[in-house]
Amino acid sequence: MALDTSTVHAPHFMTGDEWQIPTFALLRQDGTLYDGAEAPELSQDKALRIYRAMRFTRVLDERMLAAQRQGRLSFYLQCTGEEASVVGATAALQDDDMIMAQYREQGALAYRGFSIDEFMNQLFGNALDYGKGRQMPIHYGSAEYHYMTISSPLATQIPQAVGYAYGQKLDEEGRCTITFFGEGAASEGDFHAALNMASVHQVPVIFLCRNNGYAISTPTSEQFAADGIAPRAFGYRMHVIRVDGNDLLAVYQATLAARRIAVEHNKPVLIEAMTYRLAAHSSSDDPAGYRSQQEEAAWREKDPLARMRHWLERQGWWDEDQERQQEEQLRGEILAGMKRAEREAPPPLASLVSDVYDQVPPALAEQLAALEAHVRRYPDHYPRGAAGLDDAATQGGQ
Amino acid sequence: MAHINMLQAINQALDVAMQSDPKVICFGEDVGSFGGVFRATSHLQEKYGKARCFNTPLVEQGIVGFANGLAAQGHKAVAEIQFADYIYPAFDQIVNESAKFRYRSGNLFDVGGLTIRTPYGGGISGGHYHSQSPEAYFAHTPGLKVVVPRNPHQAKGLLLASIRDPNPVLFFEPKRLYRASSGEVPEGNYQLPLGEAEVVKVGRDLTLVAWGAQMPIIEEAAELAEGEGISCEVIDLRSILPWDRDCVADSVFKTGRLVISHEAPLTGGFAAEIAATIQQRCFLYLESPIARVTGLDTPFPLTLEKEYLPDALKVLEAIRASVNF
Repeated sequence: MALDTSTVHAPHFMTGDEWQIPTFALLRQDGTLYDGAEAPELSQDKALRIYRAMRFTRVLDERMLAAQRQGRLSFYLQCTGEEASVVGATAALQDDDMIMAQYREQGALAYRGFSIDEFMNQLFGNALDYGKGRQMPIHYGSAEYHYMTISSPLATQIPQAVGYAYGQKLDEEGRCTITFFGEGAASEGDFHAALNMASVHQVPVIFLCRNNGYAISTPTSEQFAADGIAPRAFGYRMHVIRVDGNDLLAVYQATLAARRIAVEHNKPVLIEAMTYRLAAHSSSDDPAGYRSQQEEAAWREKDPLARMRHWLERQGWWDEDQERQQEEQLRGEILAGMKRAEREAPPPLASLVSDVYDQVPPALAEQLAALEAHVRRYPDHYPRGAAGLDDAATQGGQ
Repeated sequence: MAHINMLQAINQALDVAMQSDPKVICFGEDVGSFGGVFRATSHLQEKYGKARCFNTPLVEQGIVGFANGLAAQGHKAVAEIQFADYIYPAFDQIVNESAKFRYRSGNLFDVGGLTIRTPYGGGISGGHYHSQSPEAYFAHTPGLKVVVPRNPHQAKGLLLASIRDPNPVLFFEPKRLYRASSGEVPEGNYQLPLGEAEVVKVGRDLTLVAWGAQMPIIEEAAELAEGEGISCEVIDLRSILPWDRDCVADSVFKTGRLVISHEAPLTGGFAAEIAATIQQRCFLYLESPIARVTGLDTPFPLTLEKEYLPDALKVLEAIRASVNF
């Protein structure tokens, strides 16, 4: 393009340090707005729906981490500290826009109405789990709530979101796709592939990066040398905004505007939400080995739930009593749901071989028959015994 | 019926698929207005528009990632990888994502509309990176279908079936035969079944199995053997995954001898899977060890290509050794 107008005649190197990407923030920690800031239009009902989803996520995470520590659950992974980034963005979308997430986005499902039983059935991998107990805990999926099933390989969903959004564009139904990922995942090649393709093909996709400071033990200083993820958008000629990820109002407003760019103009948008992973990476991780108590404490002071709550109270929409009642109610419901899910039967043995293909191929049906015969012969050697085998016999050849 | 080559047959299949279903979308490197480096997608953009047939940036993991998403959304994504040698950057998307999409979601989501087309195989002085036959890597991946046609009629019928199959399909096109293989192909719409082998020639003394570009080689070997009074039954496997065990086993029950041939290296090649399965199913019927005539366990060479390849003479030697065992 018009290079002739900017030709220089001495070597002139640039590093990108010339660009400063500001952080969009509306809400102070005490619930007041920054000077000159204006809150987005948000009804009381919607604000309370958002807050409930954030609070639900926090309570669920505390309860399920405890369950993992008690040995009731094999694995768990918390969203703690990042609830505003996830729920705020989800609330700014239409409820039937597609979400393709990484794994720390249970708040999005909570906002859309995924029930306690649906969460628990997945976590415990019982017969009612939509995923039929095949994936590790927190790998949720919901067709009803337009939440693509999570998979462990990082960043693979990012180019998939571009393809999904391309299909939405062809269908001309005014829908978009949002894909969530961490700043660590953004180092994967799939991130580059996705952003470039999204820009070249002009698709309605929102890339939301949760920059929470760490990829397991790796701090961002060892993840990238540049000013975060946001400047990369320039290289793809993509709209980009950096937002305070602990500020529900800012995340909500930024995503609302991003959705307009995506859906009305078929242009991709990158949002970098600056936040902090307050919890360990997962139940298999102890952050004490790689970061300080002081650092964590400083970020606990910026808790997105507290900030949102202070704002709600200033609006006159929330008070101490409601807070306590909601907390108690959520704890009770979650505990009851966990007990229900624990009592459910495991998936039948035949579910081992279904859904590999749309039909079970003959060779696979033979493998199941051999396994069933084996389990029948040695039921005491397998944790489920012969349970589920009768079901299996009828479903094996489907 | 028209007499056309394999590229024309593939182009026809894509044309028929796009015409009969507006959900079919073709894309990859250079497949747009240029029509692909082998011209398999010629005129498709012209006929169906840029939204349904287009160039992508040069990024294989992106092409397949995009295709997975598009297929999950409900479209029929027909992605091209320019050479099978360059499919490995997309290995993660294919093996961890495409193959497991339906299973891991409990059938909530699937990428059944996905087809990945890619030219494969040697014999064109392609050296290391324009000659490979990577089918065995994918045969080890439950959830995928792997298909290889041998001539224009097969290519069109199998490709149409692959595009319409409700599972992700890898479609390997023998590029040595793109223009070398021609034949009668029905004009309109037809499909050939996936997962079924085809007995190309009935025989008595020995079963010969191959697929794709190796088919003309084993047919030539069968002819040479015929001249020595050895009657070979020639089978085109057509589908590598899932593969037709019954067809091969039934043939070996009858002949008692099996020679399998492929271009890919011996160790871990798909012939090993066939040999192990047939040995287990046909143990009491086998009259000689199962033989494998394959590429060497080396990268695919340039200058010594002719020596490297499992040609008809090497297959004939294996046939003789098996019969004289």
